Amino acid sequence: MSDTHAQSVAFVRDTAIPPSPAPANAAGPVKWMRDNLFATWANALLTVAAIYVIFLVLSATLPWIFGGLWTTSSLAECREVLQGRSAACFSVLTDRWNQLLFGFKYPVDLYWRPTVAFVLLFVAAAPVLFFDLPRKLLIVTALYPFIAYYLIWGGTIWAPLFALAGFGVGYYVYSHLVHRSFAIGFFGGIAAAIIAWVVGSYLTGALASETPFLEAVPSRDMGGFMLNMMLGVTCVSLSLPIGIALALGRQSSMPLIKWICVVFIEFIRGVPLITLLFVANVMLAYFFPPGSGVDLFLRVVIMITMFSSAYIAEVIRGGLAALPKGQYEAADSLGLDYPQAMRLIILPQALKISIPGIVNIAVGLFKDTTLVSVISMFDLVGMIRGPILASTDWNGVYWELLGFAALLFFVVCYGISQYSQWLERRLATDHR
Amino acid sequence: MKKSVIFGALTVAGLAAGAAAAGTLDDVKARGKLNCGVTTGLVGFAAPDANGEWKGFDVAVCRAVAAGVLGDATAVEFVPTTGKTRFTALASGEIDMLARNTTWTFSRDVDLKFDFVGVNYYDGQGFMVPKDLGVSSAKDLDGATVCIQTGTTTELNLADFFRANNISYEPVPIETNAEAQQQYLAGACDVYTTDASGLAATRATFEDPAGHTLLPEIISKEPLGPLVRHGDSEWGDVVRWTLNALITAEELGVSSANVGEMAASTNNPEIARLLGTEGTLGEMLGLDADWAKRAIETQGNYGEIFAKNIGEETPIGLARGLNSQWTDGGLLYSPPFR
Repeated sequence: MSDTHAQSVAFVRDTAIPPSPAPANAAGPVKWMRDNLFATWANALLTVAAIYVIFLVLSATLPWIFGGLWTTSSLAECREVLQGRSAACFSVLTDRWNQLLFGFKYPVDLYWRPTVAFVLLFVAAAPVLFFDLPRKLLIVTALYPFIAYYLIWGGTIWAPLFALAGFGVGYYVYSHLVHRSFAIGFFGGIAAAIIAWVVGSYLTGALASETPFLEAVPSRDMGGFMLNMMLGVTCVSLSLPIGIALALGRQSSMPLIKWICVVFIEFIRGVPLITLLFVANVMLAYFFPPGSGVDLFLRVVIMITMFSSAYIAEVIRGGLAALPKGQYEAADSLGLDYPQAMRLIILPQALKISIPGIVNIAVGLFKDTTLVSVISMFDLVGMIRGPILASTDWNGVYWELLGFAALLFFVVCYGISQYSQWLERRLATDHR
Repeated sequence: MKKSVIFGALTVAGLAAGAAAAGTLDDVKARGKLNCGVTTGLVGFAAPDANGEWKGFDVAVCRAVAAGVLGDATAVEFVPTTGKTRFTALASGEIDMLARNTTWTFSRDVDLKFDFVGVNYYDGQGFMVPKDLGVSSAKDLDGATVCIQTGTTTELNLADFFRANNISYEPVPIETNAEAQQQYLAGACDVYTTDASGLAATRATFEDPAGHTLLPEIISKEPLGPLVRHGDSEWGDVVRWTLNALITAEELGVSSANVGEMAASTNNPEIARLLGTEGTLGEMLGLDADWAKRAIETQGNYGEIFAKNIGEETPIGLARGLNSQWTDGGLLYSPPFR
């Protein structure tokens, strides 16, 4: 049998044929396009239509952007140079970039101070955001608010030093009393801190020199994107702990605390932010004697913080509610007291669930800081709508300015959103 | 407990506000700075320039008052206010005076308890149309589409005007001036109507300003002027007569260029009284004799301020019109310095 074909077959292949490359239309970009862009007739039509739309948009915007002028000194001059051609007049950005970023009254020779504070912000935020970094860096984070305050506002160095000392005293008292009971430690710490601050404020008045090392800048001189960043960072970082406290308070079994939290949250959530800002600007001015009124920046920070902490409290309450009851019972069965149970078992899980919601609030809040332009603070949008568009040089430039504002906000908000996605992946311990 | 704290704070605030209202002039002198409310930005009237310096027609009034009271035209803290915050800022004592193209109306003067000390710009509602529409009078606008800002007095004035002339129109409601500009240029409406100074400022930003005309009809009265709180007439007098000094200076031919020379060698007794070389007018106001001279020296007379900020040489290009001296057929008429 084996010889049957010995004469009829001249050649028997004894090695495998080397695999040939896939046909051109079944591999590489062609295959990808066939699969993803032109899979069916309808699909192909949609692709062509989409490419056409993209082409239309780009062919209109790209020449406008790349043909833009950067060096003229007014819109009229731009128009003269362009001779009716359609192109951007970015000169407004080169002419007024400092006002857009720092406001129009911050002293020009002091721009380095907020810039340094901004760079330090990343150093300070890093250990909080990325917990693989050495924990020692948290010291920088703890010191950052005082450094940033000193850099941005300037003035006597004793004010931030005594503020810091107050926290130190408060923590010292807390750590010595907390073993008796959390409540005693907590309120004892707060009382000690307040005493330290009151003493410190007198000492600051006595110690402050007439010519401080860093020149003092009043907060009404601040503006531009700097103001948005300051409001956003301050309010988000303040409202997170307050929001957690409110959320826990709302779940408390003590009626007084519970109802204070419920009323606060429901009241604040029932009022639009713009109303609160008007209250901060307009109504509070009636309550303080003229001239001794609390700084407008501080008033606005308080109002925005109240607003966002109420929202964050509700988001965190959602996280708390999502935890199975067994988790609470497990904590109880281990003999943990309330602060321990919250710190070690409940909050880590609840906060993880709440991350998307919290980030959502943070992004929304950051963009909402532009609302302060309505109460005549010159944030980025306020600068554009007010002084820049009202100058005879630049009245009529809209796209370039608002596009620039959109770009700045997009960079920050997209960064926050990317970080939160990374954080969720990093914290994913379930098996989805 | 909480209630009593709040009431206590209210009482203190009320007392302090009452105390502040008693002597704004002394407060300003003690502070060494004038808190002046201005707009957050209106072309030609008030806006900070590239160096952060406030410039404009209303700003000049603030600076003139500061020059007169404090001897330093730069000793002004400009407090930007919006249309919504301006009156509370003044009523609460946050600012000493408001110079924010605010229309003098009965209810603002009487009900809101302010004193308008005078008029520094006579405005009125006007119409802007493209030239190729071929319209030369607002009465030819029968059936036109009109861009109009909602919720303003201009909306009501417009309805009154068209009804009185028995012609019809189609309103295109818009929210802000910027939006109006876009709508009007895109041809969404034939006519844009708002205050004439605003129309001129808007037109100045167009690529082709010559392609648009302002119609001659002015259909409402909008006297704009600085104002102070009720109940402090001394301070009101200071602001009123500083404004009058600027107007009188133009009438008498005193300008920032010749004010020094005039003060030294004038034979005109009114100029001498104005510039403080004769009489005690400054002393009566609680100021020194040179107050008006300093105001004119630093800011110029009314005509110079007008020409520098909104006049025909500027991109805004407003004609004097109603804002001419009474001797030239306008409405500017300052009471005599005597």
